[in-house]
Amino acid sequence: MDSISTRYKINKFITYMVLIIFAVIMLVPFVWMILTAIKTNQEAISVDPFYIFPHNGWHFENFATVWKSYNFITLYKNTILFIIFRVICACLTATMAGYAFGRLEFPGKKIMFSLVLIQMMIPAQIFVIPQYLMVSKLHLLNTTAGLVFPGLVTAFGTYLLKTGYQSLPKDLEEAAAIDGCNIGQTFLFIMLPLTRSSMVSLGIFTALFAFKDLMWPMIVCTNANTTTLSAGLAKMQGQYGSDYPAMMAAAVLAIVPMIVIYIVFQKQFVEGIATSGGKL
Amino acid sequence: MAKKKMTPSQKRQAIWGWAFILPTMLGLIVLNYYPAINTVYQSLCKTGDFGKGNIFVGLNNYKAVLGSAEVWQSLWNTVKYAIVEVPLGIVIALILAVLMQKKLAGKTLFRTLFFLPMVCAPAAVAMVWKWLYNQQFGLLNNVLHTNVAWISDPKIAWISVGIIGVWSIIGYNMVLFIGGLQEIPKDYYEAAQIDGASAVRQFFSITVPLLSPTTFFIVQTRIIGALTVFDLMFMVMDKTNLALNKTQSIVYLFYTYAFTNGNRGYGAAIVMVLVVFIMIVTFFLQKLEKKIVYYN
Repeated sequence: MDSISTRYKINKFITYMVLIIFAVIMLVPFVWMILTAIKTNQEAISVDPFYIFPHNGWHFENFATVWKSYNFITLYKNTILFIIFRVICACLTATMAGYAFGRLEFPGKKIMFSLVLIQMMIPAQIFVIPQYLMVSKLHLLNTTAGLVFPGLVTAFGTYLLKTGYQSLPKDLEEAAAIDGCNIGQTFLFIMLPLTRSSMVSLGIFTALFAFKDLMWPMIVCTNANTTTLSAGLAKMQGQYGSDYPAMMAAAVLAIVPMIVIYIVFQKQFVEGIATSGGKL
Repeated sequence: MAKKKMTPSQKRQAIWGWAFILPTMLGLIVLNYYPAINTVYQSLCKTGDFGKGNIFVGLNNYKAVLGSAEVWQSLWNTVKYAIVEVPLGIVIALILAVLMQKKLAGKTLFRTLFFLPMVCAPAAVAMVWKWLYNQQFGLLNNVLHTNVAWISDPKIAWISVGIIGVWSIIGYNMVLFIGGLQEIPKDYYEAAQIDGASAVRQFFSITVPLLSPTTFFIVQTRIIGALTVFDLMFMVMDKTNLALNKTQSIVYLFYTYAFTNGNRGYGAAIVMVLVVFIMIVTFFLQKLEKKIVYYN
């Protein structure tokens, strides 16, 4: 008995050690980012491993400096608008199409749905040049509309919502029909509220994807006042790459809002990503 | 002719169905299908001066792309990146996911931490790692007492960038693995325990085969994700980096030609090479799926 319990304890100990080692590896870049952000540049580049913590006071004013000089308010505003419109467009078009593909019968359904599936298999890079040319022709460069443009509809979201609607029981529509609902009312008042979890998954997925996207904002929003946080960081690095505390302060400012949202809605985030399994 | 036979109810469904899918289908055609075809066309054209007009040049761009050492090198760089990111990211994630199946204190905290890089902009992540890797002032060289040019030595820069990729993706893979593990019935393990199977034996005889659909899904999405890597590469590898040629991915090269240099015809041809390459990889993955994935 005794040996079993010791083995169990050793087992548990090893498990914890592995998890803790990896947790530390995951944390180090974040900690170093914050510690650098509150140092002076001189401290940051002093080649002494024991200068881990700032010893000339904590320079939180780095954040204020970066906030002002890089116009973070505009970057936040642009990013939030970009994310909100992408999420609204994706959820709206995908829930309608998902309902039709999942619950209705109509001629041409199979062919249309195969177009949805094929889109998901094509590497997105093939769309970029013509999308850029279209945005340019529509005079939408350096606008939120231009940023949102490629995300007006979503094949992946349509697929996700279709699966969501398919999993609902069949008698719902019959009951609604008996109560005199037409298809539009059945969709809006009965079916749509029941696929809330799929919608949340799609919303989180879309928001994260937009937040993390770098290439598209760099292409369509070349102006520093119209661009997003991600593309803004790229611009800053190009211009002020050797002011390390400023760079790290900017990086912290760019990721903190999403981290806070993630920690608050953790369950939805993790479940949303796990169930949608989208390619991020 | 089918329309005449429709009952009123079928007719209603048809009208509503098409009305509901119309925005999505129009969007897919305008935003995806037309651009895909247009890219093929552009790859056959020379971009006119000042971005004006396309001059049809046949296969000239393809001749230039396929004859370019730079393109082949960047394709090889992309494969090398995938060789670092995909296996390491998956094996570590699987180990962590299996360990997290046990009853542990602070499980949620660990999960939160491992998943954290997933909610960070890759641009920010790359900036921090670039700083950690800094040859003169970086934490890594300071702690290890080394003087390694982590991201500007062509021999190792691809590994350094790959490691950033692994760090970024572990949590995502882990969450997918945890989802897959939860679907394996517990009685299999209980039965195995009664038969006296060791934990290692249980892992290889129960977990591995029953998890294979999840594993395959992750392998497939990660391979394609790695082959189209851009953000990390772009942020870490400056234009002046000595290791740029031996490290940059093919999508980075595409971006440089199509948007920095404005040579869209050439850029389009690079994309076509990437698309064909990914299609070949997908084809072989599908073949592999039939052989090794266990669906019950």
